[in-house]
Amino acid sequence: MSEHAQLHTTPPQHSAASESRPSQQPNYMHEFGLDRGQGLQFGIYSLGDHLPDPHDGSRVDAGQRIHEFIGYAQAAEAAGLDFFSLGESHQEFFASQAHAVILGAIAQATDTIRIGSSSTILSTSDPVRVFENFSTIDLISGGRAELVAGRASRVGLFELLGYDLRDYEELYEEKLDLLLQINREKQVTWSGQFRAPLNDAEVLPRPTRQALRIWRAVGGAPASAVKAGLAGVPMVMAHLGGTTSVFKGTVDAYRHAASHAGFDPATLPIATAGFFHAAETSQEALAGMYPHINEGMKRTNGQGMPKQHFAQSVHPASIANIGSPQQIIEKILHQHEVFGHQRYLAQVDFGGMAYADVMKQIEIIGTEILPAVKKHTATASADSDAESAGSAFESAEEALS
Amino acid sequence: MKLVLLSGSNVGTKTRTVIDHLAEAVAAYDPTIDANVIDLAEADMVFADGRNFTEYTGDTSRVARELMDADAIIIGTPIFQASIPAALKNVFDLLPTGAFLDKVVGVIATAGSSKHYLIPAQHLLPILSYMKAQVVQPYVFVGESDLHRGEIVSHDVLQRLDRLVEDTIMLTRTYASIREERDAAYGF
Repeated sequence: MSEHAQLHTTPPQHSAASESRPSQQPNYMHEFGLDRGQGLQFGIYSLGDHLPDPHDGSRVDAGQRIHEFIGYAQAAEAAGLDFFSLGESHQEFFASQAHAVILGAIAQATDTIRIGSSSTILSTSDPVRVFENFSTIDLISGGRAELVAGRASRVGLFELLGYDLRDYEELYEEKLDLLLQINREKQVTWSGQFRAPLNDAEVLPRPTRQALRIWRAVGGAPASAVKAGLAGVPMVMAHLGGTTSVFKGTVDAYRHAASHAGFDPATLPIATAGFFHAAETSQEALAGMYPHINEGMKRTNGQGMPKQHFAQSVHPASIANIGSPQQIIEKILHQHEVFGHQRYLAQVDFGGMAYADVMKQIEIIGTEILPAVKKHTATASADSDAESAGSAFESAEEALS
Repeated sequence: MKLVLLSGSNVGTKTRTVIDHLAEAVAAYDPTIDANVIDLAEADMVFADGRNFTEYTGDTSRVARELMDADAIIIGTPIFQASIPAALKNVFDLLPTGAFLDKVVGVIATAGSSKHYLIPAQHLLPILSYMKAQVVQPYVFVGESDLHRGEIVSHDVLQRLDRLVEDTIMLTRTYASIREERDAAYGF
């Protein structure tokens, strides 16, 4: 637990926080443009893997693979999706090491879709450089850039870039704190353990709006969601599998922690992200995706996914959105009812799927799934900013009493 | 079938003696089985630090990968201070939580005192269950007097070890065939 988080949980600090924090706390729901009653946002993402096709072992070259990512973003935009994001990974079988550079190309190749990372490995990067990159992407794209800040899931990167694995937790917390500070303050004075101090430093360029849209990546375990909640930062919750009810616990923990720390959960957006595959029937969806997941995970994690576990992913209670378009619509709507989240991110691409197959997934989302999801989740009236700001004060007071 | 015989201590000879005998017994039972002995006394292991098992190097990587690739494992452990050795616990800590899913794991223990008979049940089997192993039920306990100068001298122990080998191999084949049937039924 970072010092920052403890600050909010220690009662004597609370009175100070209640007077200053909520007024400083941005209404992220408004800043992220998620308070307009337009319904659940729908995005797709790729981790940026560069794995062979499990059926014939073939693999496109890295250059072509990078162009595929750009193509996915263009197709997502054409299909009317809200968001496209790309992961950063430095291990074998990935092609998105320089994800910010690729996002720069995507910014230029698209016009309206929001674009971002899923996620940026903040632990081993300098927050100043990360901010510079994403502000630049924001300027190129006309204000469409978002950043999801994550921790590394592989330690090879720590060796590659010269960091000590023992600092795993603290590297991330310190760098996220600094990144958020740079995002809010034009002149930054800061000192910490892992980077030279900043003395009234001006980090440029500044993004299109007053601040970049920055999320915290959460792996699905409540402990990580609690940290996001205590810091009052929007959360992207990723999930490989399991039941929706289990992840409800993570969402609750996030909102409870935010409330406890004096933030109004109604101002904090939540996004979910996980496996997606649509086909005419659930059986075809399982058959189409299983070899990619199983062989891909063997190569990237060292262990495949048992068929028995994967077969359960079509169950209505499972969080993975695999099945027929109608089954997926029902699942997404159920998840929206349970979580009350603002954005769903479908992982349409993994394990050497053919480009045409991913394009087909994007088309199914755009023509069949997205319209139904929007229709059922859109609300006529948009939230008033004044109301949200008011409730932030009330929550802070409740947390103190 | 890949079978790994793991001698789970960095010191002593008794566990290795039993593991070597088991390797011979496996070869005698079915020479087509790909059996491999790993002796932690001969491996230069680092302590687990939480990284994915594919990211270790050297002997640590080799040991982790051989265990992950195995269909069946027989673990030999001495009893130190009424528990398993740190060297053996470290091997478990290197691996993912579901490392022994779809693997059959047999156990032998060597100990200086018969008072340690239940230690494997209390300290080793819970770890194996947590890591999703199909554990071969009777484990073989080898006492001080069952061994003499690098040989197993107890006929009772020898016969128990033969049964452990047979049970481990039979169960591995049985579970593989059940799994094959089950996975085929999913139709994808």
